[in-house]
Amino acid sequence: MSPATLGKDLVGLEHMSAEQITAILDTAEPFKEVSERPIKKVPALRGKTIVNLFFEASTRTRISFEFAEKRLSADTVNVQAAGSSVSKGETLVDTARNLEAMRIDMVVIRHGSSGAAQFLGQRIRSNVINAGDGKHEHPTQALLDLLTLRDRFGRIAGLKVCIMGDVLHSRVARSNIWGLTKLGAQVAVCGPPTLLPSHVADLGVTVFRRIEDAIQWADAFNVLRLQLERMTAGFIPSLREYNRVFGVTNERLSKAPKDIVILHPGPMNRGVEIDSDVADGPHSVILPQVTNGVAVRMAVLYLLAGGAPDWATAGGDA
Amino acid sequence: MKPLLFANGRVVDPSQQLDEVTSVLVQDGRIAGIGRDLGNPDGADVIDATGWVIAPGLIDVHVHLREPGQEDRETIATGAMSAAAGGFTGICAMPNTDPVIDNQGAVGFVKAKGEAARLARVYPIGCVSVGQRGEQLAEFGEMAAAGAVAVSDDGQPIMSSHLMRTALEYARTFGIPVADHCEDMPLAAGGAMHEGIVSTRLGLKGIPAAAEEIHVARDIILAELTGGHVHLCHMSTRGSVELIRRAKEKGLNVTAEAAPHHFSLTHERCDGYDTNAKMNPPLREAEDRDAIRMALADGTLDCVATDHAPHHYDAKEREFDDAPNGIVGLETALSLALRELVLSGLMTLPKLIERMSCAPARLWHLPGGTLRPGSVADLALFDPAASWTVDPARFRSKSRNTPWAGETLPGVVHATFVAGRRVFSAADLGPRRHPTGA
Repeated sequence: MSPATLGKDLVGLEHMSAEQITAILDTAEPFKEVSERPIKKVPALRGKTIVNLFFEASTRTRISFEFAEKRLSADTVNVQAAGSSVSKGETLVDTARNLEAMRIDMVVIRHGSSGAAQFLGQRIRSNVINAGDGKHEHPTQALLDLLTLRDRFGRIAGLKVCIMGDVLHSRVARSNIWGLTKLGAQVAVCGPPTLLPSHVADLGVTVFRRIEDAIQWADAFNVLRLQLERMTAGFIPSLREYNRVFGVTNERLSKAPKDIVILHPGPMNRGVEIDSDVADGPHSVILPQVTNGVAVRMAVLYLLAGGAPDWATAGGDA
Repeated sequence: MKPLLFANGRVVDPSQQLDEVTSVLVQDGRIAGIGRDLGNPDGADVIDATGWVIAPGLIDVHVHLREPGQEDRETIATGAMSAAAGGFTGICAMPNTDPVIDNQGAVGFVKAKGEAARLARVYPIGCVSVGQRGEQLAEFGEMAAAGAVAVSDDGQPIMSSHLMRTALEYARTFGIPVADHCEDMPLAAGGAMHEGIVSTRLGLKGIPAAAEEIHVARDIILAELTGGHVHLCHMSTRGSVELIRRAKEKGLNVTAEAAPHHFSLTHERCDGYDTNAKMNPPLREAEDRDAIRMALADGTLDCVATDHAPHHYDAKEREFDDAPNGIVGLETALSLALRELVLSGLMTLPKLIERMSCAPARLWHLPGGTLRPGSVADLALFDPAASWTVDPARFRSKSRNTPWAGETLPGVVHATFVAGRRVFSAADLGPRRHPTGA
């Protein structure tokens, strides 16, 4: 098995090698161009059947996957399951067996429980791609973040990236921590201690208690969405105070020794974790992230389906 | 009934500081004598125990038998069979069934079912509060008269300090312990495993060690206030051990148990979202596991109790967050204790028998736990040098949920006797356990 082979599933970045991650990013490069063509379609996954199985509401990720699939000529079905499998009355294992029985090739799963993607992957022969499982991982989001950083800086190694906000509940944060550290970046987290995991420093990241300190350090901020229910659950006193203490504002950023590149996985709460003039400002790469999302997902689908990284380069015209 | 002579075994009975190769005579369901020169009185049936340990039957003060209400997981009869297969002659059934055991009629039901099964002795535990709702005291007096040996709301902690105080005071009337599941609910809410580096990596909500320790500290303070006997269930943290050690130094009426999974496994076992590693209290860190082992060795923790928690196979076959807590415990407990506590050099075999038989009998005022002449003839016969491979399909329990499937463990139970009657025999019942060499 070559180091770039991904295996059957993409569950998370924790157990992937730097070579595998780099192979995905490299494979995404030619796919970027597909989306710029008048006819945005290549036949790489023609005849493949893909189910987008979403147990949680999602607009951006689901649409991004669906575009990626369609631009690779796959046949796709979207399943928007209301709530978790438990409330639906069917267990996840039964859902898995039913999908298997329909002889599908790939499943893209979004689920509210950590471990759900791995659970599914262990029980079906189809490729499983994790589109976010609970608070565990969201690997394609981290991959598109990496691709966006690489576009901007020309490298990942040596970059200083600070993940801002609700790391405790964030699968985006975990995937980013693994991906960035494996590619040689330095990673920090910054947020209220109530929203940082108890042992986050043991993951090899620096912890900043105040955003002012993070601003002095970072090359880039990845600003996480603050879920409104964190306030009612008692993690923070109010959104207003959160913005006052931890909000990413131009006023704060103006004290940075260098221009800090701003990422956000979306959807944004403007005026809470990020101010509009930052989100829409010259150092924001939030929309390029979305564009790269399609390319990265095309790369993942393509590689899991058995495509070789070098074939992808030529595959644009295949 | 003809007398029984257990001949030439290693008789281990810490209650009389006995550990020697000799024979045990049983007559009319009781121990009639111990010695090499018992002869063959009244034509006794002779059981050759050469190479085997003869010990007082093991006693487990913490099992979940699921009946009434969840008979697809376990019944009182299958639980008592599972116990016998593990060398247990007495088990105390937690009352969190459906409906809960919170009145004398329900206690009588458990007791009657246990007696009808004629396997390991089944002792009912009654609820502390009506409906396990944590509000009103259940009728301890009537339940004790019907056979309850303790009270507990296990599965639920007793969050109200007032209720715990009154329970400890009132239980003194009947001389029964109040067994508490120590977990500060708001602090633990929604947690699926131990809070630490593994929960951080897996993105699962953690239960901090403090959730247990706060509750342990409170119970100890209330034991001091009331003089009542508090029994702390399934201790899992080094902090709890420290609190109990100090309480015992003060001479407080506090006893505590530890489960085999807590002295064997750590939270790393949850990696890969293995639901057979999901317990409450959760598997903790290596330092906690080591502290539990040391505390069992030095007596800070009084006894081993399994927290036997059978679940239907498909209940564990789901997302970690949604899977139920606990594992089948009775059939692997002795082997794990031998491996982790005795073969590791932490304690002698007699010390282990003290923790798994004598201490629970003594502290909870149960029959057995001794081979003194005149006491009930409850015995376990096992070969600590033989080993077997865990095959859940061969469990006597109705359920299969165990993290040790496929593992080879030391210690093969050959037979179990209750009141001189054989309730389990490895030979009669076929090769449940596959010996894999000496």
